[in-house]
Amino acid sequence: MIRIPRLLAVATLALFAAPALAQAPIKIVGLVELSGTGATSGTNFDNGVKLAVKEINAAGGILGRQVQYTSGDTQSNPGVAKALAQKAIDDSAYVVMGPVFSGSILVSMEETRRAEVPNFTGGEASAITQKGNPFIFRTSFTQASAMPKVARYIKNGLKAKTVDVMWVNNDFGKGGRDMIVKSLEAEGIKVGADISTDPGQVDFSSAVLKAKQSNGDALFVYTNEEESARALRELRKQGYAKPVVGETTLTSQKVIELAGEAANGAVAHVGLSADAPLPTIKAFDAAFQREYKAKSDHNGLKGYSGMYFVKVITERIGKVDGKAFAAAMKGAKISVKDNPGVLMDVTFDQNGDLDRESFLSKVVNGKQVIVETLPPLGAK
Amino acid sequence: MSAGLRRTVLLVAGLAALVAVAAFAKRSEVYLLTLTLVYLMATFGLNLTVGYAGQMSLGQAAFFGIGAYVAAIALKAGIPFLAVLPIAGIACFVVGLALGFPALRVQHHYLAFATLGFNVLVFLVMRNEEKLTGGTFGISSIPRPTILGVSFEGHLAYFYFTLAGLVALAAALWWLLRSPWGRAFAALRDNPIRAESLGVNITAYTLLAFAIGAACAGVGGVYYASLVEFIEPGPFHFSTSLMMLLAVIVGGSGRFFGPVVGTIVIILLPEVLRSSSIESLKFMQKWYLVFFGLAVVALMIWLPGGILSIADRFRKREAPR
Amino acid sequence: MGDFIHLLVSGTATGAIYALAALGFTLLWQAAGVINFSQGEFVMLPAFAMLFGISFGLPLWLAFLVACVLAAIVLGLGFKRAIADRLMGHGVIPLVIATLGVSIAVKSIVRAGYSAEAHPVPSPFPGGVLSIGGINVSYADIGTLVMAGAIVIGLQAFLNRTVTGRAMQAVAQNTESARVLGIDVRRMVAYVFGINAVLAVVTALLIAPTYLAKFDMGDSIGQKAFFAAIIGGFNQTRGALLGGVLIGVLENLVGFYVSPAYKEGVALALFLAVILFRPEGLLGKAEERKV
Repeated sequence: MIRIPRLLAVATLALFAAPALAQAPIKIVGLVELSGTGATSGTNFDNGVKLAVKEINAAGGILGRQVQYTSGDTQSNPGVAKALAQKAIDDSAYVVMGPVFSGSILVSMEETRRAEVPNFTGGEASAITQKGNPFIFRTSFTQASAMPKVARYIKNGLKAKTVDVMWVNNDFGKGGRDMIVKSLEAEGIKVGADISTDPGQVDFSSAVLKAKQSNGDALFVYTNEEESARALRELRKQGYAKPVVGETTLTSQKVIELAGEAANGAVAHVGLSADAPLPTIKAFDAAFQREYKAKSDHNGLKGYSGMYFVKVITERIGKVDGKAFAAAMKGAKISVKDNPGVLMDVTFDQNGDLDRESFLSKVVNGKQVIVETLPPLGAK
Repeated sequence: MSAGLRRTVLLVAGLAALVAVAAFAKRSEVYLLTLTLVYLMATFGLNLTVGYAGQMSLGQAAFFGIGAYVAAIALKAGIPFLAVLPIAGIACFVVGLALGFPALRVQHHYLAFATLGFNVLVFLVMRNEEKLTGGTFGISSIPRPTILGVSFEGHLAYFYFTLAGLVALAAALWWLLRSPWGRAFAALRDNPIRAESLGVNITAYTLLAFAIGAACAGVGGVYYASLVEFIEPGPFHFSTSLMMLLAVIVGGSGRFFGPVVGTIVIILLPEVLRSSSIESLKFMQKWYLVFFGLAVVALMIWLPGGILSIADRFRKREAPR
Repeated sequence: MGDFIHLLVSGTATGAIYALAALGFTLLWQAAGVINFSQGEFVMLPAFAMLFGISFGLPLWLAFLVACVLAAIVLGLGFKRAIADRLMGHGVIPLVIATLGVSIAVKSIVRAGYSAEAHPVPSPFPGGVLSIGGINVSYADIGTLVMAGAIVIGLQAFLNRTVTGRAMQAVAQNTESARVLGIDVRRMVAYVFGINAVLAVVTALLIAPTYLAKFDMGDSIGQKAFFAAIIGGFNQTRGALLGGVLIGVLENLVGFYVSPAYKEGVALALFLAVILFRPEGLLGKAEERKV
């Protein structure tokens, strides 16, 4: 009674999952941050997936079966994310989408791995794909692949010699900070002030003052959306005049909306952007705005393209089978020509990391503008 | 006697039902039940401080966290679970004494302020001292126990394991409160001034109650770390302390089973609503905290003794417990 | 040196905002024995009220005035009638718990009923910085200091110079003898609740532009007000001012010269030191408990 043998439990699970009930819908479960610090990111990701599901179902589903998507709120809390992952497995999900927050996915992916359910994440921490988990896949760049691109821009585009780094002290910010420092040093750029800020911090006056006083040639800001907006407002308030560079969040829609005029001039590398000058992304942008009356941030594109990865790979293997799916993801190349839903040509590696083109964005007059398209890392 | 017997029968029946339900519950439901049991350890302890010693503690989550971090570090270092339990408990007991002594020395209600500050400070240390606590990345892959060759790794096995731990903890507290030494607590609760005139050293007893309460939270933290298998500072934020305090008071502070009711209302019920597939319940979930907050206010106004005091209202005349 | 002065000025400005919230906190305690754990939400609600006003086309100043009136009615009188009146005289704990309940309910209402996201709020002051001899001070900081200073001086004048103000002080110092003197205690206490609510609206006006309006924006300011009040001395109005400014300045200095990671720990360390070594607060007078 005390101990149910593991084998038996797995067997029971398999029993429920195996007879793929002919035309029953394919179950996809989302674990997303609908409240808490990650609410903006999670909601966008969730909406992206929903939009893709709607389109896929309207076009006849996957292998002739409809897709049924349900999502649960992790409250941006890893403990809840873990519980929801277990629930997704109880509900025999075929693929799990999310969470977006790295801290949450690092916990919940243990569950999907144990149950051998493929899991797409919006998380960008490098550690996620370095744990040898064969069931985890990204929908975006990792910090390890994005930061070298940022450092390269700071060196060649800005000709900066010293850069101050302002980061948020959570797993996301700390991981990014470690990676940008490494990348900057690799490019021969010195790191001036190393400024840590708190998650949810509201008062950035001393942080900004520290940046002003350090006399670096530029400031790299790596915090979550609301904090980025507060930092930009404080930078403007104190009259900071040097270039402000970020990665993805800094020029996102939400930050621009919250920071208002103070966001103008900020530059950031973005892996995905609803403003990218590509026909597929333009089509996505229009559909998203029609559906939700709001512009998608990068997380919306992650969720959307992630759902299309599920469709493409499932059709490639010709059956609804989690393990075969995970195997087929290794080294998969998906071209946008045949599958416009994936938005851009993409290559997956053995770890579940992806590579593709990316962009340099700038905020001009309260709008994110793409100023440059950067080639995939693998192309160099 | 018949009331006592009835209670015992009820208790045994409740435990049996729990054991049976868990066996048929889904993995996620068992996880949730286990989580509730773990929080119960902390709130049982807090009840000692709040209900029996009449002190407000706003730092129970800090002790819960200290227990969890001690467990995470010790378990990963290969120290067996049964050895980690007393280590974490004693650590929290000692920290509780060190914090409570100066605070209670000056003025009694300052314990609330001191514990609140303490909780924020502990949270900062957890987040910033990366070498020790893993900082914001936390500590992952915390093992679940294997005792005498029996593995408690499976979700159901770990549930029963935690249930046994909780029952043992509750029994110890029950015994403590019934012992001659523990009766002083009851005297303290019912009439502090009379207790003092009878020679009960209020400060010493209050301090002990607080420290024992802290130790219970530490023990709960050990089970928590092993349950979630990953810890980071978030769950030990001072807001968790507030919820734990509310759990004790909502259930009925100073009543032995008050925390059970309160913890169910605060931890289990919202999660049940959240995972429910019925639309109207989902709506409830969104507004749950609104109702809960208003209910707390109403409770303070009309039923300050907590939910469990409802029964007393109906049988006011029956012999006091 | 220029940095130091800048840190001092902006710290004082931030501290002045904490002090305003703390001031209401101590007034409530003195006059009514109420420790209000929903003080932060009393700041958050007016921020949203002003946003609503602006969305209906009101200019900021008018939205602010409307929010003041609404707050005095709802967060002042309403809070007193519905909750505080019923629990006063039953000790500190039930009131603390009840205000915790209010805090949870109010936050959840905003979150579930309106939005879980942050919203930008316009600033009453112009952007940019003023440079005098190498010292840069932002207009927002100057505006904050002027406004907070004016409010504090005005409030002090009201409390010390007017009959009503003096009656309120008498109630705060000793309710019983005030009653004997023929002061309408109930009315005076009601005024204090109203003043607390209006102070909260001013706090909201000053912090919302940088904090952004969000359902949980009150957590931080509520906690700071609480710390400031205890550091300065719970039973002294001046204490709240000192406590608030001290926290604001020290946070800035520590964040700058030591480590931003422990910036939040500043208020805390000070707070713990005070309650352990000088529990009546820096400016407070030792007194027997009111309740």
